[in-house]
Amino acid sequence: MSTFDKVADIISETSEIPREEITPDSHTIDDLGIDSLDFLDIVFAIDKEFGIKIPMEAWTEEVNNGNASTEDYFVMKNLCTRIDELAAAKA
Amino acid sequence: MHLEYFQMIDRIEAVDEDVTTLNAHSTVPQESPVFEGHFPGMPLVPGVLLIETMAQASGFLVMAKNGFDAMPFLVGVKQGKLRTFVEPKTELEIEARLEHDGSGFAVTNASIRSDGKKICDAQLTFKTIAFPDDAFGKMVVDQAKNRGMPQHLLPQG
Repeated sequence: MSTFDKVADIISETSEIPREEITPDSHTIDDLGIDSLDFLDIVFAIDKEFGIKIPMEAWTEEVNNGNASTEDYFVMKNLCTRIDELAAAKA
Repeated sequence: MHLEYFQMIDRIEAVDEDVTTLNAHSTVPQESPVFEGHFPGMPLVPGVLLIETMAQASGFLVMAKNGFDAMPFLVGVKQGKLRTFVEPKTELEIEARLEHDGSGFAVTNASIRSDGKKICDAQLTFKTIAFPDDAFGKMVVDQAKNRGMPQHLLPQG
């Protein structure tokens, strides 16, 4: 199963968003409307599934400082790329 | 315990070497204004205060794990089970186990027992936010110190 499929399944199970509405181009916040508390549960599930620690605080700081856009981290295909990078760095 | 002041943890008894489990003890007071309403003639510790007790033990654990650099705020309670009534003078053994130490959040599994019997348990989620100022941080550290948090887990200096 691909990283995208795993993450999409987690999002669907955690937030009750229909699985078919989640695409690689979906913005998890703007398009899927995931609220901050559900997103926290999703990050917890992703951390556990992939054995990583998504650096949410650092990502948020980068966005707030204008050094990155929310799309860089929160569009599904980009999020999955980041997850793969974190998992590879840990391996 | 001072229920009306939300001081739920009497003393921290142990924190394991990896700082993933904290054990604490509390004694339910004989009297409290809380019991005047909950319930007249049948004093019981409100279930929400048992959740709060588990949250405070978990909070001390999460702060110890991260060097008291931020405050954990309870944002989620899952699979909460309140298994039995808790009356005045009950001795409580509280355990908090760190399930996950995330970036900006933490998840614990916590429980309370009395005489070996499980009273309640839940999975708790916390959002961790920087202390609003140094004075608040010092107050929190003092609370941990006064309850017996091992010295080596407290901020030095």
